[in-house]
Amino acid sequence: MAEEDLSEMAKDVELHLKLDPPLSANNKPSRSFKTSSSSSPPPCDTSHVLENVLENVLKFLESRRDRNAVSLVCRSWYRVEAQTRSEVFIGNCYSLSPARLARRFTRVRSLFLKGKPRFADFNLMPPDWGARFAPWVAVTAKAYPWLEKVTLKRMFVTDDDLALLAASFPGFKELVLLCCEGFGTSGVAVVANKCRQLKVLDLIESEVTDDEVDWISCFPEGETHLESLSFDCVESPINFKALERLVVRSPFLKKLRTNRFVSLEELHRLMVRAPQLTSLGTGSFSSSTENAGQGEQEPDYASAFRACRSLVCLSGFRELAAEYLPAISPVCANLTSINFSYANISPDVFRPIIRNCHNVRVFWALDSICDEGLQAVAATCKELRELRIFPFDPSEDSEGPVSGLGLQAISEGCRKLESILYFCQRMTNVAVTAMSENCPQLTVFRLCIMGRHRPDHVTGKPMDDGFGAIVKNCKKLTRLAVSGLLTDKAFSLIGEYGKLIRTLSVAFAGDSDMGLRYILEGCPKLEKLEIRDSPFGDAGLRSGMHRYNDMRFVWMSSCRLSRGSCSDIARALPSVVVEVFGSDDDDVDVDEDNADYVEILYMYRSLDGPRKDAPKFVTIL
Amino acid sequence: MIGQLMNLNATELCLGLPGGIKAVDSPARSSVRNKRGFSETVDLMLNLQCNKEETVDLNNATASKEKTLLKDPAKPPAKAQVVGWPPVRNYRKNMMTQQKTSAEEEASSEKAGNGGGAALVKVSMDGAPYLRKVNLTMYKSYQDLSDALAKMFSSFTMGNYGAQGMIDFMNESKLMNLLNSSEYVPSYEDKDGDWMLVGDVPWEMFVQSCKRLRIMKGSEAIGLAPRAMEKYCKNRS
Repeated sequence: MAEEDLSEMAKDVELHLKLDPPLSANNKPSRSFKTSSSSSPPPCDTSHVLENVLENVLKFLESRRDRNAVSLVCRSWYRVEAQTRSEVFIGNCYSLSPARLARRFTRVRSLFLKGKPRFADFNLMPPDWGARFAPWVAVTAKAYPWLEKVTLKRMFVTDDDLALLAASFPGFKELVLLCCEGFGTSGVAVVANKCRQLKVLDLIESEVTDDEVDWISCFPEGETHLESLSFDCVESPINFKALERLVVRSPFLKKLRTNRFVSLEELHRLMVRAPQLTSLGTGSFSSSTENAGQGEQEPDYASAFRACRSLVCLSGFRELAAEYLPAISPVCANLTSINFSYANISPDVFRPIIRNCHNVRVFWALDSICDEGLQAVAATCKELRELRIFPFDPSEDSEGPVSGLGLQAISEGCRKLESILYFCQRMTNVAVTAMSENCPQLTVFRLCIMGRHRPDHVTGKPMDDGFGAIVKNCKKLTRLAVSGLLTDKAFSLIGEYGKLIRTLSVAFAGDSDMGLRYILEGCPKLEKLEIRDSPFGDAGLRSGMHRYNDMRFVWMSSCRLSRGSCSDIARALPSVVVEVFGSDDDDVDVDEDNADYVEILYMYRSLDGPRKDAPKFVTIL
Repeated sequence: MIGQLMNLNATELCLGLPGGIKAVDSPARSSVRNKRGFSETVDLMLNLQCNKEETVDLNNATASKEKTLLKDPAKPPAKAQVVGWPPVRNYRKNMMTQQKTSAEEEASSEKAGNGGGAALVKVSMDGAPYLRKVNLTMYKSYQDLSDALAKMFSSFTMGNYGAQGMIDFMNESKLMNLLNSSEYVPSYEDKDGDWMLVGDVPWEMFVQSCKRLRIMKGSEAIGLAPRAMEKYCKNRS
């Protein structure tokens, strides 16, 4: 520990003094173009001072867009920025190699890596495609011994990776794994055990194999630094007594998200021991059958909630026993975030609860609350910023308890809405248009009409007008997902009016190549384009040639692309990696007739060319 | 190849109807002859051998080739589902399925929503700090299982198990050789709670009776041999 403190001090000292001690100045090639003559003595002090000033100014710059801009000013600024950037965000792990990262940025404390494209979540990508964390942890282990925070999204992480991480970063504080897979409870155990400074361990919507390791018991004895522990996605029982002891010795714990193997009684015990919690994942929220009928008095759940005066975020309810839901009433007025999206709550149970939630800003739920439930939300939650309604029955021919009625009600009641994800079976242009007019603050609009090619269910017309209204009226829109029956006209409107759109998702839509052309010739800020099962072909793809260098990625699956056009793009744009593969992982194309057809195209810009870890079924053109 | 496909599904949760998700010709695809989609391959897994031959035959035919979607005729969908649509993450889908079927959870299946026919068993290996779970119905033979186990536990390689992967109990010296080696040998706990050597019964019988797998050193497995032989002889007669 003492050794660590000294090194930390040395770092701070280094930061405030000159960047380069005189001895090493001659060894740095980047210095040479700063001075006028090649044989000059070490750079004069003024440039040192300027750099120090710059460094101290840049410390206040956190936004990566600002920092990117700064780094473009001149080489000196580039260098200083690179040496002061402590948080690095990499939106596509294949856009550069780990070695390049380590060369440019020398003092990284926090790393955010995103791997697979989003459509991989829906089984559209064969397994073992890539996005391994292994090469990143190997390089950063050596380059950034003081790394504190790692956030990974859609990456393949193994137990060995986690072990290396735990062993390599003595000051490691935060691990967040979103939608990751490849590891199990043994990897989690190693992190719990070896990362003695750990503040955050959040496993979110990740697949965690059950290695039958009691990882909760692996946290070291004594007071922990834990502030956030989320394991609601871990599908295996945990040692509750160990969890209870852990909570008791974690005085800084603010966020605790338990999994469904924690019963209501157990939750009660945790809450009583941690009334300082601000965010609680409630586990199963049902009574374990062992206690039923024993004649023991049931714990006073409402009182436990009442005692949690700081509670603002509730989630969980994985196996909700509806009769217990009113227990949360004491905290409803304080809640800013509610996630009921794993609970099949009927409108009758829901309405009395939501009535008190005046401060809710983020609300996730299942469509089981129906249009009536949404009307209740609209009536109460005037501060709502983000709404997500998921389908209880995610199939095309399910009942569909929510519709345009609910959408319109929300738009009329929640005027501050910024982000919406809405699954439904039927929708009208009128409702979508109403939302576009009532909610001018919308930045994210994702509507999923689950029936493919489904038109406006009242007029029978395509959904062009509704989505057109969204892009016309919501001037701040940056993310759009479309669905339902859509003609090329919808895309012409999106291309023309979607001036700030950065992410666009298209599925089962459009008539012809023109649809794709409208997008690629419009939408000036487009960075991420994901398309599936739409009749867009080579001509459409080619029309975007001028922009692929400036986009993060393009995904097109089950469209009408042929190898020829993909190869042309690969040839014309050397800094774009063009991957072509099928949805199964046959590495041999048995069907000669279809050799030209491209089932999946995934292309992305990259500084370091084609990746070396592509599996056999992937062809890089 | 087939083994690989099977492995994928050892760890993938299936939901809904037995046989999993199927794909349908979507309008964009119907006019283009293309490879069978991933989900269809999953669907056809158990019949994979003969279907692949059929595909080759189709390819050899002339001009009017048409892609035939080989569906399992036993499945009666109200409406066929498309892969990955609606776009709800597997994680969430699984949670929902679990909730719907938790009341009907069978005693034999450890996870709800697998439908009938899943044989999930835990696999432990002496010396390895973790357990894995496998679904025995995903494999067709001892060889498949052995390949899968080899992938999960990289230091494990199954010894010589003869033609169909079954132990030749009649050849005592061969058996003793196997058990005396320092190689790992898989053993399993059967329905009676006895620990047996894997490979003593035909594959299908094994899938029915295996409750748990343990990979142990050959030398440790020696104690199982006599019992295994006894049972073997009993089963034969």
